[in-house]
Amino acid sequence: MGFKEKILTKSIYVFHLSSGSCNNCDIEILDCLTPRFDLERFGIVLVGSIKHADVLLCTGSANRLTIPRIKKLYEQMPKPAFVIAYGACGSSRGLFKDSYNTGEPLDEIIPVDAYIPGCPPKPEATIGALVKLIGKIRAKKGK
Amino acid sequence: MKAKPVIPIGPYHPLQEEPEFWKLVVDGETVVDVDVRIGYNHRGIEKISESKSFDQSIFIVERICGICSSSHPIACVQAIEDLAGIEVPERALYIRTITQELERIHSHMLWLGLAGHFLGYNTVFMWGWKYREPICDIMEMVTGNRQNYAMHKVGGVRRDIEKEHVSYILTRLDEFLKQLDILKGAVLDDPVLHTRLEGIGILTKEAAIEYSALGPTARASGYDIDVRRDHPYGVYDKVKWNVITQEKGDVFAKAVVRILEMYESARIIRQCLDRLPDGPIDSKPKEIPPGEGIGVAEAPRGEVFHYVKSDGTNSPVRHKIRAPTYMNFPTFRETVIGETVSDATIILAAIDPCYCCTERMIVVDDSNKELFRAQELVRLSQEKTARIRERFRMKQ
Amino acid sequence: MTIDAIVKKINDRYGDRILKSEIKSSKRAYIDIYPKDIVDVAKYLFKELGMRFNIASAVDDFDGIEILYHFAYDASGVIVTIRVILKDKDNPHIDTITTVTKAAWWIEREIHELFGVEFDGNEDLRPLLLPDDWPKGVYPLRKNFVVPKRDSRKA
Repeated sequence: MGFKEKILTKSIYVFHLSSGSCNNCDIEILDCLTPRFDLERFGIVLVGSIKHADVLLCTGSANRLTIPRIKKLYEQMPKPAFVIAYGACGSSRGLFKDSYNTGEPLDEIIPVDAYIPGCPPKPEATIGALVKLIGKIRAKKGK
Repeated sequence: MKAKPVIPIGPYHPLQEEPEFWKLVVDGETVVDVDVRIGYNHRGIEKISESKSFDQSIFIVERICGICSSSHPIACVQAIEDLAGIEVPERALYIRTITQELERIHSHMLWLGLAGHFLGYNTVFMWGWKYREPICDIMEMVTGNRQNYAMHKVGGVRRDIEKEHVSYILTRLDEFLKQLDILKGAVLDDPVLHTRLEGIGILTKEAAIEYSALGPTARASGYDIDVRRDHPYGVYDKVKWNVITQEKGDVFAKAVVRILEMYESARIIRQCLDRLPDGPIDSKPKEIPPGEGIGVAEAPRGEVFHYVKSDGTNSPVRHKIRAPTYMNFPTFRETVIGETVSDATIILAAIDPCYCCTERMIVVDDSNKELFRAQELVRLSQEKTARIRERFRMKQ
Repeated sequence: MTIDAIVKKINDRYGDRILKSEIKSSKRAYIDIYPKDIVDVAKYLFKELGMRFNIASAVDDFDGIEILYHFAYDASGVIVTIRVILKDKDNPHIDTITTVTKAAWWIEREIHELFGVEFDGNEDLRPLLLPDDWPKGVYPLRKNFVVPKRDSRKA
């Protein structure tokens, strides 16, 4: 674990990107940050600009209009950066797999570090995934 | 003529969770023209539905929008029932009404929170979302999931409300109403919010009719339409409730309509639970004959419209879906033009836009110089609230 | 006004310009007309009877492209559907009803984009939903459109 990763895992800044989702995942992400689940006590904050983000939470099956945007946003992220595919659509395009307006699955567009399945994933699952991601980043030694 | 500066907002910005792109053409601080590009959420659901069976199509329409995941299935099953002439058992109608109203409360609460967030009033955001949780818990208890309920099917509902659920729902609902009272007081009596929201983004009744606006957007302008009363479905014609209307048509009126509607929803749920009849919850229809059917339902944002055409096979020939935001959204031409930039965000948010329903939204035109970024726009909006707050402090 | 009264009114006014009128149930009616009469009929329903424009839906059928204009009469919960059939599938044309109601602004853009129907008189038929690089002349909601196979995930 390098110096940057060490600092990063102490307080993760999350950017939320909806690439054609049905809003359910987006609601649950916001729900994680509000008083009931309150992820902010662990230093996890939703940021408004991709340039401040450590983790990209991507919801929805990427459609043709959003694919170039996803690539652009990933390029703009300061590295090291991590990507979470959120929900069934983010992980595998879900039932929109065969639509005329759906493009490639997310993990073929940008590298994905963690998947959260579920339609939508419960807030508990999101918290669990972030904990696992932090574990994964810390386990990487010497990189 | 000198080109007017253009403010691009989006497609990804911290205001809304969903991608959309607004182009505000400004003259000084005044918005003189608006355009919108949607499509970032277009997933081609109408085409997918044509390749699925009638039973499966209900799961698809549920995933049109996470907030309306009870309204879309209700409208869809009603269209299929209208097509095939299927009778629905009474208990199922009661259960449909209950889920529909629970969804309305959760959606209005969600909007109220987000509206507070846009104004830089994050207390409302946090409170609103906290107080929404009992409703999510009820949903989880009754349907098995916090969102995407999978509750409705052609001819009835999938899950029953058990006896022990009833008392749980009532206690949690009471808990919610107590908190709503506090929030209502905090929002409706706040002088800052009054000054900030009153008289901006006015949609006149004539414009509402011209654009066929729907739901709270129309009702706040005095256009008295409500699908639940006008095209009764479920058991809305058997319970007592009122349609909430306001006359002014500004953003504040829209907030008032939504807050008061939550009380009406709670009233409907109480009456339904009280009268819940015994009996089957599913009429188990076997075949869908050729024909066409229309189903409408009142989603939290307005009327949801489904048209289904069948040729007697297992899947629909055509499934047309119209979400309420589709009709409400073009009204931004009436409401935003002439307002200041710092008010634009809350006006655009006031119709409670739901892009995934509308399934659509522009590409940032790089040739136009960016004057404001989205965060700055939010900052402008929040600074205005702070200025007003300061003014009030000085008066007192 | 009951559904019979509404359908009778429309029939009395337009007489033999109505191809077929069917009252399907106490809440739903379907009326077939010629495409050239649509603006006139829509104006009558929207302005004079005070009906609300629900939406228009297009269907790609064997005989041509059907466009259904749904109007709701909220006082009695009735939905009347006006059906027109555009026989020429290669070059379907119909007059715009945005002159009657602004509510038709977006749906005409959408039908133009997804079905390739030209709305004469509607100036604003820019793409609404599909990406800007979508090929011209390909209409995804037509029946002859096949979703291109592009599952890039190799085993």
